Amino acid sequence: MVNSKQIIAIVAAIAKRMELEKNFLTELDNEIGDGDHGINLSRGFKSVQEKLPTWTDKDIGTILKNVGMELVSTVGGASGPLYGTAFMKAGNVCKGKTELTDADFTAAFGAAVGGVQMRGKAVEGEKTMLDALCPALKALRDDIDSGRTLIEAMTDAVDAAAKGVEFTKTIVATKGRAAYLGERSIGHQDPGATSSLYMLQTVLEVLKRD
Amino acid sequence: MVGIAIVSHSCKLAEGVEEISRMMSNAPIAAAGGLEDGSLGTSYEKISAAIESVYSADGVVVLMDMGSAVMTTEMVLEDLDRPNVVMLDCPLVEGAILAAVESSNGKTPTEIAKLVEQSRTTKKF
Repeated sequence: MVNSKQIIAIVAAIAKRMELEKNFLTELDNEIGDGDHGINLSRGFKSVQEKLPTWTDKDIGTILKNVGMELVSTVGGASGPLYGTAFMKAGNVCKGKTELTDADFTAAFGAAVGGVQMRGKAVEGEKTMLDALCPALKALRDDIDSGRTLIEAMTDAVDAAAKGVEFTKTIVATKGRAAYLGERSIGHQDPGATSSLYMLQTVLEVLKRD
Repeated sequence: MVGIAIVSHSCKLAEGVEEISRMMSNAPIAAAGGLEDGSLGTSYEKISAAIESVYSADGVVVLMDMGSAVMTTEMVLEDLDRPNVVMLDCPLVEGAILAAVESSNGKTPTEIAKLVEQSRTTKKF
């Protein structure tokens, strides 16, 4: 079970983490992209964090939708529409809910990943955030389906995402700005997959804490 | 006349494309380049405002450079309660000039979308 208070705490913790990782994500993006991933996400989540206190009495669907809309308006790079769509799609699934069952949580994460795929017109294996998100979703679904707890399932999801990030080092980028580099993108880990991993790690940390 | 909105990561590029497109057309053209503070990026608000500023019943065509410019425009169009606004999949400069000319010629957004497809394969030499 995840309640709206925890969702607020998760979003606040993600905002803090993005600020912390700003320089590292930007360094990664300097290698194979346009060098703004960390700066953009930190700007977007800073704006989310400022508005967050006004959303505490809302249902989870509204909170997530607001987060998504704020990211779309403030990020300024591809991660804005991508993560923005992810949060908005997750919000759709949680409409009117103040508590999520493990199945609801999994469905929301599934909708978020589906949103990234739809918006980016991308699939796994193209050196994008999906290389962290898709394996994480699969692990989460498998574990929840086989009756494991949400924390166990999220632990496996984070492990799968971390492996996905490592995998991005070995492949050529075919989507996003890094695709312009072709073979030269090999050897570098994808900044988008990395920020996705950080978000999932943050979700797990907050779930374990509360 | 169909309005034209130019979306780019760069304010200078968007304004430059607008400038060059005006040379051959009197169509309404608006640029949405960069972020509010002038830095590189794409702004949902700027795109939305640019489309509104050139909108009429004839509709609007939108040209984008790449990546977030395309995705953010998609989101603006999903939220925008306006019919007849079409994204063009073509090179930014050649496409914008062609779109501006065809707008002056009285073409519709759908006709312009079809016509600019040829700018994808037009050779420079």
